[in-house]
Amino acid sequence: MPTRVLMIGWELPPHNSGGLGVASLGLAKALSSRLSLTFLLPHHLDVVSTPFPVLFSNLSEINLLITPYSTRTFTQTDNTFFSDLLSQVYKYAAAAKKIASKLQFDLIHVHDWLTIPAGLAVKNVCNKPLVIHVHATEFDRSGGLGANPVVYAIEKAGFDAADAVIAISNYVKGMLVTRYSVDPKKIFVVHNGIDAADYSSTSGPIAFLQTAKSAGHKIVLYVGRITIQKGIDHLLNAAQKVITHFPKVFFVIAGSGDMEGQVISQAASMGISQHFLFPGFVRGPQLNDLFRSADLFVLPSVSEPFGLVPLEAIVNGTPALISKQSGVSEVLSHALKVDFWDTEEMANQILAVLNYSSLPQTLIAESSREVDRLTWVAAADKVINLYNQL
Amino acid sequence: MTSVCLYFQVHQPWRLKKYRFFDIGADHLYFNDTSDTSRNNLQVLQKVASKCYLPTNKILLDLLQRYPQFKVSFSYSGILLEQLESHLPEVLKSFQDLSKTGQVEILAETYYHSLSFLYSKEEFRSQVQLQTDKIRQLFKTKPSVFRNTELIYNNDLAAEAQSLGFKAILAEGVDNILGWRSPNFIYQPPAGDIKLLLKNYRLADDIAFRFSEKSWSEYPLTAPKFASWINDINGSGDIINLFMDYETFGEHQWADTGIFEFLKSLPGEILKHPDNSFVTPSEAAKRFPARGTLDIPHYISWADVERDLSAWTGNSMQQEALKNLYSLEKNILTTQNRQLITDWRRLQTSDHFYYMCTKWFADGDVHKYFNPHLSPYEAFISFMNALQDLKLRIQHG
Repeated sequence: MPTRVLMIGWELPPHNSGGLGVASLGLAKALSSRLSLTFLLPHHLDVVSTPFPVLFSNLSEINLLITPYSTRTFTQTDNTFFSDLLSQVYKYAAAAKKIASKLQFDLIHVHDWLTIPAGLAVKNVCNKPLVIHVHATEFDRSGGLGANPVVYAIEKAGFDAADAVIAISNYVKGMLVTRYSVDPKKIFVVHNGIDAADYSSTSGPIAFLQTAKSAGHKIVLYVGRITIQKGIDHLLNAAQKVITHFPKVFFVIAGSGDMEGQVISQAASMGISQHFLFPGFVRGPQLNDLFRSADLFVLPSVSEPFGLVPLEAIVNGTPALISKQSGVSEVLSHALKVDFWDTEEMANQILAVLNYSSLPQTLIAESSREVDRLTWVAAADKVINLYNQL
Repeated sequence: MTSVCLYFQVHQPWRLKKYRFFDIGADHLYFNDTSDTSRNNLQVLQKVASKCYLPTNKILLDLLQRYPQFKVSFSYSGILLEQLESHLPEVLKSFQDLSKTGQVEILAETYYHSLSFLYSKEEFRSQVQLQTDKIRQLFKTKPSVFRNTELIYNNDLAAEAQSLGFKAILAEGVDNILGWRSPNFIYQPPAGDIKLLLKNYRLADDIAFRFSEKSWSEYPLTAPKFASWINDINGSGDIINLFMDYETFGEHQWADTGIFEFLKSLPGEILKHPDNSFVTPSEAAKRFPARGTLDIPHYISWADVERDLSAWTGNSMQQEALKNLYSLEKNILTTQNRQLITDWRRLQTSDHFYYMCTKWFADGDVHKYFNPHLSPYEAFISFMNALQDLKLRIQHG
C-alpha cells in the first residue's frame, strides 16, 4: 500500500494559467491528509501555502506567456515558442530525475503531457508505479484542428508506459481509448472536485454591473480562455437571438486567449457590441464578485474534458448552462444543458432564465446541494483506492 | 369475509412539445409533437395501447366472463378518452366492452386530471362535470364514487365531493394518518357521511412497484402467494383496496416479467377461499359501515415516499407555473373561446408539474423515467413559453 507519493506538476496557484493548477492543488491537498505527498514544480515561484512540501527543480527561465493549454498557436504561428517549451519539458525531466534520486517515495503521480517526460524519467531510475492524471489531451487543446504530433507522441509513450491512467471524466476516457488506444481497464475516471471555502473572498460588488442590474439589466457571464475549444462564437450567435427578445442584457466575457480579437470584432460586425463586456483575465476575489453579480453562467464549450468554472459559479450562487460536450455535465444534473452547436436552444434557455425568475432560483437551490457533494476529499478517496491496487 | 376492491387508473396526458421562446406568438399548437420522442402523444398512446390496454383488456374480459363474482373499477381521465376517441377507437371499444359485462364500475375525476381543487373550486367543479358528461356519453353510466388526481385528498375535498352527490371517495392509506388503524376498513371524514376508501399501499405496491424487483425478498410474486396474503387479512378487515395505474400491466411491468400470467390467475386464486369476494367502490360503500373517522386537514396523495403534494408543488418553478396558469382563469373564461379554454385546461394536467419535479432528479429515479422532457428545467421552460403564448392569445382575443 503506497503511503509516500511524489506528485510532479507544472503549476500551482496563484501562478496558474488555468484549471490544471487549481485541480492539482485541490487533489494534492486532499491526498496529503491521508498520506505523505511531496509536490514537485519546475520553477521557483511563490505558491499558495500548502499542507504538503513543495520542491522546485532548478529551471529558472520559464516563459510564462507559454501556457500548457494551447499547443495550436505553437505550430501555426511561432515554432520557437514550442521548441522553447519542449526544451523546458525535457530539462524538467532531467531535473526531476536528479531530485527524485534523493527522495523516498512509493509512487509517482504526474499531471498532463508537460510532466509525462519527467514521470517517465523518474520511473526509469526508481522503478516505482507511475500514474498519469489526464486533465486534457492534445485533441482537446487543439479544438479538433489537428493535434501536435510531438505532443501526441509524448502522451502516447506515457500512457503506454504508465501503470494506470486517471481520466477526469468519461469524456476524457473515451478520448484516451479512441485516440490513444489506451486499454480501458487501465483507465480510472476520477471527476474533479471543488472546495467551496476556496471561493469565499470578495472585494465588494462591481460598480458598473451593480448599476446595470439596478436599472433592470441581466448579466450573462462566461469565464475562461477565449479559444476555439471554448465555443464563444456559438455563445455570440445565441446572444444575438437573446438580445432581440430581451434587450436589457449584458454578456460578460472574462478571460483572454488567441480568439479574443476575433470575438470582439465578431460582436461588432453582428451589431451587438454594446451588449458585450470584455474585462480580460479576472482572478481571486474579483472573480468571485463577477460570478456573484451574474444571473447565469454559460459554458458553451465545443470540447471540455471537465470544466470546473460552472462549479465555481454555482459555489458563488449563480446557476449554470453547460455544453453537453463537457465532462462536468457527467456530475452536474441540476444545470441547463445544451449541444454547443444548437444556438437556438441555447438562446431559448438563456431567455427562460432571464424571464422566469423561479428557474434560476430552483437551479441554484438544487445545484448548490449537488456541488456540496463534489469534494476533493471524495476524489482523493477514489485515487487512494487506485493507488492500493498498484 | 374480506372483499378485494380493484381500481385501475387509466390516464395519458397531452404532453407538451419542445416549445421554444421563439415560438411564442407564432405557434399555437402546444401538444402536436411528431418527433420520435416520448413527447409524441400519439406514438406514446399507440405504444401503451399495444403493450398494456389491449392485452390487459383482453385478459380482464376473459376473467369477467369466467368469474361472474369478479369485479373491477376504472377511472379514466377525460383527456385519455378523447385521445382514444380520435386516434384509437378500437381501444376505446375494448374498454366499453368491459363495462358491458356489468361487473365494471367507472369512477369520477377531473376531466383534465388536474390539480384544480387546490387552486379553483369553480374550475374543479366544471372539470368534474365535463368528466361525468364524458363518461355518460361513452359508457352510459353515472359515476357515484370520486377519486381526485393522484389520490390527492383532504377533509375539504371530502366535503366538496359529498356536496357534488358522491357516495364515496378514494384516498391513500397513509401510515402517519392511520396510525394504529388499518386501511382495510371504511372510514368517514369528520364532517359528513361520505365513505372513505383507503388504498392498501403495501399490497397494491407489491404488484405495481415490486413485482419484478429481483432484490425483493418475496420475488418472484405469484398469484397463490398474493392470494395467501389476502387470506391472512380475512377476519381482520372488511375490504382490501388495491389501487394502481392500469399501465402497471405490460408498461411499467413488462410482459416478460410474467405480470399478465399473474393477473390471469389472480381472481381464481383469491376466489378459492370461500370467504373472499370482489367489490366495486360503490358496492363497498353500501355494504360496509364506516368503522371510524379520519381527520385529514392537510393534503395527502399517492405520490413518492412523502405522499404529499411535493411532487407537483415542491419547488419554486412548479409554484410559479401553477400560479401563472390559474391567474388566467377569469380572463380566459370570459373569452368563451373554446380552443383557448381547452388549451388552458390541457396545461392544467398534473403531469406537466410532475415533470418539473427536482426531487431525486440527480438519482435518476421514477421521476426521470416518466419525464418526456430531458430535465425538470426543460419541462418548465416549454410550459412557461406556451403559457406566454396563451396569454398573448387572450389579449388578442
